[in-house]
Amino acid sequence: MAAVQTVKVTLPSLPQGWSADKDFKPVGALSAATQRNLEPVGPHFLAHARRKRHHRTFSEDERIQAQHNVKKTEDEDDGDISEPEDPMMLTREAKDWKAQDHYAVLGITKYRWRATPEQIKKAHRKKVLRHHPDKKAALGQTDENDNFFKCIQKATELLLDPVRRRQYDSVDEAADVDTPTKKQLQKGNFYKLWGPVFKAEGRFSNKQPVPQLGDENSAQEDVETFYNFWYNFDSWRTFEYLDEDVPDDNENRDQKRHVEKKNANARRKRKTEDTVRLRELVDECLALDERIKKFRQQARAGKDAKRKAKEDEAKRLQEEKEKARLDEEQRKKEAEESAKADREKNKKAKEAAKNAAKKNKRVLKGSVKDVNYFAESGEPSAADVDAVLADVELIMAKIDTEELAELAERLTSAGKNGAAVKSVYTEEAKRLVAAGKIKESEVKIFA
Amino acid sequence: MGDAANGVSAETERFAIGISFGNTSSSIARISSEGKAEVIANEEGDRQIPSILSYIEGEEYHGTQAKAQLLRNPNNTIAYFRDYLGKDFKSIDPTPCHQSAHPQQSDSTVAFSVRDSPSSETPNIVTVSEVTTRHLRRLKQSAADFLGKEVNAAVITVPTNFSDAQREALVAAAKEAGIEVLQLIHEPVAAVMAYDARPEATVTDKLVVVADLGGTRSDVAVVACRGGMYTILATAHDYELGGASLDQIIIDHFAKEFIKKHKTDPRENARGLAKLKSFGEGTRKTLSQTTNAQLSIESLADGIDYHSTVNRTRFELLSNKVFAQFTGLIEQVVKKADLDVLDIDEVIFSGGTSHTPKIAQLAHNIFPEKTNILAPSTSSTAINPSELSARGAAFQASLIQEFDSEDIEQSIHPMVTVTPHLSKAIGVEITSAASKTAFQPLLDAETAIPARRIAQYLAPKEGGDVLVRVCEGTRSIKVTKPEPKAKAEKPAQDDEDDSDFDDSEEEEDDLREVVWKAEKPVAEMAVKGVKAGGKIEVMVHVNPDLGLQIAVREVGGQNAVRGAINGSA
Repeated sequence: MAAVQTVKVTLPSLPQGWSADKDFKPVGALSAATQRNLEPVGPHFLAHARRKRHHRTFSEDERIQAQHNVKKTEDEDDGDISEPEDPMMLTREAKDWKAQDHYAVLGITKYRWRATPEQIKKAHRKKVLRHHPDKKAALGQTDENDNFFKCIQKATELLLDPVRRRQYDSVDEAADVDTPTKKQLQKGNFYKLWGPVFKAEGRFSNKQPVPQLGDENSAQEDVETFYNFWYNFDSWRTFEYLDEDVPDDNENRDQKRHVEKKNANARRKRKTEDTVRLRELVDECLALDERIKKFRQQARAGKDAKRKAKEDEAKRLQEEKEKARLDEEQRKKEAEESAKADREKNKKAKEAAKNAAKKNKRVLKGSVKDVNYFAESGEPSAADVDAVLADVELIMAKIDTEELAELAERLTSAGKNGAAVKSVYTEEAKRLVAAGKIKESEVKIFA
Repeated sequence: MGDAANGVSAETERFAIGISFGNTSSSIARISSEGKAEVIANEEGDRQIPSILSYIEGEEYHGTQAKAQLLRNPNNTIAYFRDYLGKDFKSIDPTPCHQSAHPQQSDSTVAFSVRDSPSSETPNIVTVSEVTTRHLRRLKQSAADFLGKEVNAAVITVPTNFSDAQREALVAAAKEAGIEVLQLIHEPVAAVMAYDARPEATVTDKLVVVADLGGTRSDVAVVACRGGMYTILATAHDYELGGASLDQIIIDHFAKEFIKKHKTDPRENARGLAKLKSFGEGTRKTLSQTTNAQLSIESLADGIDYHSTVNRTRFELLSNKVFAQFTGLIEQVVKKADLDVLDIDEVIFSGGTSHTPKIAQLAHNIFPEKTNILAPSTSSTAINPSELSARGAAFQASLIQEFDSEDIEQSIHPMVTVTPHLSKAIGVEITSAASKTAFQPLLDAETAIPARRIAQYLAPKEGGDVLVRVCEGTRSIKVTKPEPKAKAEKPAQDDEDDSDFDDSEEEEDDLREVVWKAEKPVAEMAVKGVKAGGKIEVMVHVNPDLGLQIAVREVGGQNAVRGAINGSA
């Protein structure tokens, strides 16, 4: 940007009579600018964005960037050794290495079990540069005390061996986070206080990543996963580091075996204790966890609602059934009554019809008797009477009640006129013959 | 747990690549440890990975393998879907998908119906977002396989006319594929940056035309590069012009030949057309490399095997009209930016179709000789045009990979990107050969301010007092009738500031040149007692409020003349 370009063109000479204060003469201003969108890409744009956002000028930005770059390299240099060294630690005896805090010796207490092998190596190098016995000699300190240097070597050796590092990490109490007390918890902060505890305990887990405690908004599923994980915790924690030294002389084998046995027992005991401790810790946390109560309440509320719905449904069904039953009964009763009434009516009608038929028959028989059985004069002979009556009987047997009623009416209107009565009978007989109910031959008198 | 998962993703290191996601093909690139951009080949060794997905019995095919399925399994093959992303069905053009799965409406978006699971016999509806996610997932996997590292972030290039909805849809689809989109950058700017990111490139002020000629569409943009910052001045798009238009010419040519011999039109059945299209595309690409290309298709129509050749001249003759459309688009965009072809310093050809030599040659004829045409056929140092966008994206990815996403967001906010640009060039008055005063621009028009430029000028030969008059200048195109002595011009300057040109060798008879004229003086300064043969250094700093700070001194001299002009706006 600030690169100088050389342009091979010639500037004009100063005309005669030109003069100005300090040789500078403003004569105008720039034309208005157009607003356009810069494409937000490329290193020069990023520089522009930086200047604009922080309101820097070109030279300011260049200076700050330069400083920034320098600082970065310095940071990298002493990043891992910035922890102050405890003077007590510096005077430690090397043979007492088991009791030392290896991370503190290397100055990486802020990382501890999280420190990568690279970080350990780097820290080791830094410490060696400072505490190498030859350095001390050069400084004129003549006491041949290289104890701390030995401590450093021990610490590095141990921490770079993954198996031994795990053994040490298992018993590195400085990395533990204390469980919060009731008093602390009273102020709230449940998740803030318990979260780090589980984070620290999680370092012993064979299964990674370890689920986190979460917060009050965590889903039920997550919370359940969390507690299930911790109740089935699969730990690699071992307690070999705390073993009593096994005498390595071959003189006393019994003694050696005894110590080994004791160590094994101690390890087992510690492991069991640790498992119990963790379980109690999780119990404690679970007992205080508001979310569990919340979920239980939600579940109960859900269950209640379900049960109520079920009961309502049952009740409704029962009512429906009852109603249906009553309706059915009502219907049956009504049907029975109507059937009864029908029967009565039918009976009456039949009775009436029977009476009417009887009466009509009487009219029929009466009509022929009234006209003296069609005898022109005197008493009719018994044979004539029989013949007439047989025919009347025949007609009566063959016609139905309505026709009978009609015939009776006509006969009544014919009265005692013998010819009229006869013609009525003859007509009827003819009709019946035509209808095929009687044969012509059967009719004697009314043919 | 939710927040735990978030915590993990934030802690894991970001590993970003550049993705060029095209309608026809996509590329992935990464800046190597030596600082060079490299385009990553996928498992099949392709650097241009067709943006096509195909499903056979529930198995997903991607890239070239999927493209081969366009012949056999067109209904379950999804192609050309990029432009549908984030649009509703009404506003899309389904033409390119004629020979693959057809787009269809699904709620407010576009979807395809393909049989993508092994068990079901019925096709599933797959939205275009889902297709994009699957495509990006495959690209991400290819990159991860190649680099041996999990890729979780990317810079993706998009056309300049991508709407906000389309951007959102793309970011969401990428997120679904496990890619954090650090930034979406414009394709033409990515192409310019691919050139500017080369170690040997220097930061210059130039006007660049980027012609992105793709498979189904072409986009041209004029980009002003000012001190390494880019501003798009104008864009033009043609959605029906691209490699496919040239393929159509090849198809028609061979189809006619086939009809002459066998009396059937292979274009009439879908399969014949698909075969012609697939092999014709190959033939067209071969013609970009060699002067003769073959086409052999087994069982093209009615079971007849077809074999023929075509030479480049023939193809170019047939394609004249289409070529004219390409050049017309370029000329149109230059005009749209209120510029003249003489103003353009560089033409960058990007996109697969740019391999066609004739297009670059035609562009060469339009522009003056000093314009640098960056295409494989005209420049030996040109970068493969298909790879430009991906390389630019990779470069940007390497720049912003370390930034917090919040930081990136703030930097690309309009508050920062919208800047005043100079409407007129600022420069100094000079004496030209004919002892007349002329104008030499120092800050070109369209330079984003604040800006600072320093330049050294020659003092008069005899030395003495020198006048530095800083003024605004305007450019005009002088058209003169050609004269036999027209070439007696001053030799062209080797710097990029175009004070005067050699005459352009255009077909038209008129001689056109750029003439600068000082228009509005801003400040005058005097440097006194300059040694003979000395040089004058002028530094101009333009404030965001259009104020000026000017310092003038003799090179090697002690005293500088300084002055400031208060801004008006």
